[in-house]
Amino acid sequence: MITHLSWKVGGQQGEGIESTGEIFSSALNRLGYYLYGYRHFSSRIKGGHTNNKIRVSTNPLNAISDDLDILVAFDQETIDVNAPELISGGVILADSKCKPSKPEHSDAHLFSIPFTEIANSLGTSLMKNMVAIGASSALLGLKPENFEGVVKQIFGRKGDAVVQKNMDAVREGAAYFEKEAAGTGISFKLAPVEPEKRMFMIGNDAIALGALAGGARFMPAYPITPASEIMEYLIKKLPDYGGTVIQTEDEIAACTMAIGANYAGVRSLTASAGPGLSLMMESIGLSGITETPLVIVDTQRGGPSTGLPTKQEQSDLMAMIYGSHGEIPKIVMAPSTVEEAFYDTIEAFNLAEEYQCPVIVLSDLALSLGKQTVEPLDYDRIEIRRGKFDPGRELPELEKNEYFKRYADPGDGISERVIPGMKNAIHHVTGVEHNEQGKPSESPENRRYQMNKRMKKLKTVHETFPEPVYADTRHEKADLLIIGFNSTRGTIQEAIPRLEKDGLKVNHAHVRLMHPFPAEEVRKLMAQADKVAVVENNATGQLARLIRMETGAGNLETVLKYDGNPFLPGELHHACKELF
Amino acid sequence: MATFKDFRNNVKPNWCPGCGDFSVQAAIQRAAANADLTPENMAVVSGIGCSGRISGYIKSYGFHGIHGRSLPIAQGVKMANRELTVIASGGDGDGFAIGMGHTIHAIRRNIDVTYIVMDNQIYGLTKGQTSPRSDMGFKTKSTPGGSIESALNVMEMALSAGGTFIAQSFSTDLKELTSLIEQGIAHKGFSLINVFSPCVTFNKVNTYDWFKENLTKLSDIEDYDPSDRGAAMNVLMKHNGLVTGLIYRNTSQPPYEELVEGFRDEGLAHQSLTLGKEQFDKLTAEFM
Ligand SMILES: Cc1ncc(C[n+]2csc(CCOP(=O)(O)OP(=O)(O)O)c2C)c(N)n1
Ligand code: SF4
Ligand SMILES: [Mg+2]
Repeated sequence: MITHLSWKVGGQQGEGIESTGEIFSSALNRLGYYLYGYRHFSSRIKGGHTNNKIRVSTNPLNAISDDLDILVAFDQETIDVNAPELISGGVILADSKCKPSKPEHSDAHLFSIPFTEIANSLGTSLMKNMVAIGASSALLGLKPENFEGVVKQIFGRKGDAVVQKNMDAVREGAAYFEKEAAGTGISFKLAPVEPEKRMFMIGNDAIALGALAGGARFMPAYPITPASEIMEYLIKKLPDYGGTVIQTEDEIAACTMAIGANYAGVRSLTASAGPGLSLMMESIGLSGITETPLVIVDTQRGGPSTGLPTKQEQSDLMAMIYGSHGEIPKIVMAPSTVEEAFYDTIEAFNLAEEYQCPVIVLSDLALSLGKQTVEPLDYDRIEIRRGKFDPGRELPELEKNEYFKRYADPGDGISERVIPGMKNAIHHVTGVEHNEQGKPSESPENRRYQMNKRMKKLKTVHETFPEPVYADTRHEKADLLIIGFNSTRGTIQEAIPRLEKDGLKVNHAHVRLMHPFPAEEVRKLMAQADKVAVVENNATGQLARLIRMETGAGNLETVLKYDGNPFLPGELHHACKELF
Repeated sequence: MATFKDFRNNVKPNWCPGCGDFSVQAAIQRAAANADLTPENMAVVSGIGCSGRISGYIKSYGFHGIHGRSLPIAQGVKMANRELTVIASGGDGDGFAIGMGHTIHAIRRNIDVTYIVMDNQIYGLTKGQTSPRSDMGFKTKSTPGGSIESALNVMEMALSAGGTFIAQSFSTDLKELTSLIEQGIAHKGFSLINVFSPCVTFNKVNTYDWFKENLTKLSDIEDYDPSDRGAAMNVLMKHNGLVTGLIYRNTSQPPYEELVEGFRDEGLAHQSLTLGKEQFDKLTAEFM
């Protein structure tokens, strides 16, 4: 019996590959296994090879695996493209319809199974994925009944007959495989686990749920991969809480509309990827100078321009920190797991209101779309803090022709915030430099006062930010410190034991607060290691540059990957070993 | 009962003497008083340009944003708190050049915002360049040989885009302008009021006298019916867009806010931010 394995299903885009993976993994999640799923897809809707790779384990996981145990193929292309990934003795379950053949030199076991034919005999070829799931389940030593709950959930709306037909397809697939495999001794029987209620979600689900739990009630947004799931989730849920999503004409409208709503007192966010963030830059500056809270999610993908729209990259970091002309206070945070994405998004809304500035929640495609098992989220950890803002406050009457001093500096740079509709709180808001009442002012004294006021606001962020750097400092003195951000966390965690096996002492730091940068923490961690390797999915080593700039550190090594795919643990293992 | 003085903040506008925008400001203040608004329940959002300064000259909540984006900001404010009266404003460059995408979509979307454009057929703040509203042949700093692009007929465009309240006025006609703004505020849905507001410094062609000579008042046209979309289009084409008054109004189309599922009468800004434990458990169970 085995404790972990990798399974992949592939075929042409539009053939139901995604839902095959979805059903398979949801059922295993319910059984109590830990899962990590990663989709390989292109920006075409129909046609083109697509696959969904799922890792199953009896223990928690945060990364894709190097190799593959089982490949389910609906066409020959899937075999040709993916067979090299298979371990020696791996299994291919292929639809007989495509007359499957093994590539030369492959020692995988090929089972040709009539997925389509069996499905047709049950009424519709659409069920071929259920037949494939049945065959897979038999190979894993699971019972068709294990899939009943998920099948009911998905097809229940269509009536009992449809549920039964789909279950028949699972059963027939399992039976066919068992008959074929009888006597071969081929099995990937999974060690049993205790059934456990855990969540199974993509990073974007966690961000959207975090926004809802964090009090966001309005989201203007423009669709883009890999961010759209956030708006699609919220348009379904927000009406229950009085709120809504508006699909705007572009990202400039999305960002400025969110600014308008935040100004008027509603927690509001927008979400996009690089191209949209580029369009929002001027508005981000408006949020900064007008001290209007704003939360923006940037799900990084391959850039520049349209770049690699459906592929992994971490190349927006510098643009998110330094983007927008002029100088403003801004917070950039980078969750590194799906669970963190939930709690961090809630925190983003708190920080935006407490510091009255734009907050960017940086994600990347692998985190936003990677689907993983998540321990139940903790309701008691949800906290709403609005800073110096009390919409119910009764304010003293203003002198004639005076405005409320919305931009007065009480010392920490953070003024009391008021919103339209409040009595005795009228003030002006402008992107032009302004005085305490918000009225335009160009005097050098005022400029210095307001600049200083804004720029000092973030001084205390370090004190309150939850875990600015995740650190695994298992060694007092390490040979190597690996530093990363966003989705590389699990891959690094997986590479470390392999490096340790090679005799290296390895610590790990994952930066979660990108700006203002936790220089002190990172400096300390670096001092504990002989060598530092910064791991990132970009070509210029943006995090490494940031660390050099913020800490003054000279000798950093970089491990970079920018071909559109996430790091595999094996790749990281080798790249880090080469540094010695 | 409010008076227009309640909407004065005693900030001295930095417009050139004679600029049409002074009257637009006065008209907004009068209309607000006539509509019995209170300064704290009104928000004026404006873009960038000479005209964009207007939000700083009216006593109410004011938001002077970035060039071309007054409309999305104003729509965000209205969605956040529908109890507020929201006015968006700016110049012809602001609304019909850089912000045109937002203008068309605000018209279609029909959120209850009153949009007042101070149209001087030129860029005032940047000292005299051509605008999408400049006539063919119009000489400016950026079109020294005369503009070779045709002027945009905004009223026809607004009509085609599905506008539910489309009006035009002339800044010297304070009475008509005030009344149109009042009607715009009362209209449930998006209202566009384009105001010919001469730039005395940079536009020496479209002057007060020029407008007096060329404008036709719809109230002088016998039996003009602003609920007839076809008639509206005809009159615009016939007069090359140079008419003033209420051009078109459609009261049967509900505003966006009324079509949003679950949208409550109470402003969103006043609603709870917290999720109950039971709701949270239900939401998380969907991922199990
Ligand atoms: C993104 C951006 N581009 C350019 C400008 C410079 N700019 C400021 S106002 C303006 C045009 C003003 O014309 P209009 O909107 O007609 O207003 P007016 O001054 O005529 O009232 C321009 C080009 C800017 N502020 N922002
Ligand atoms: S430049 Fe023209 S638009 Fe600007 S204030 Fe002077 S007259 Fe008015
Ligand atoms: Mg103009």
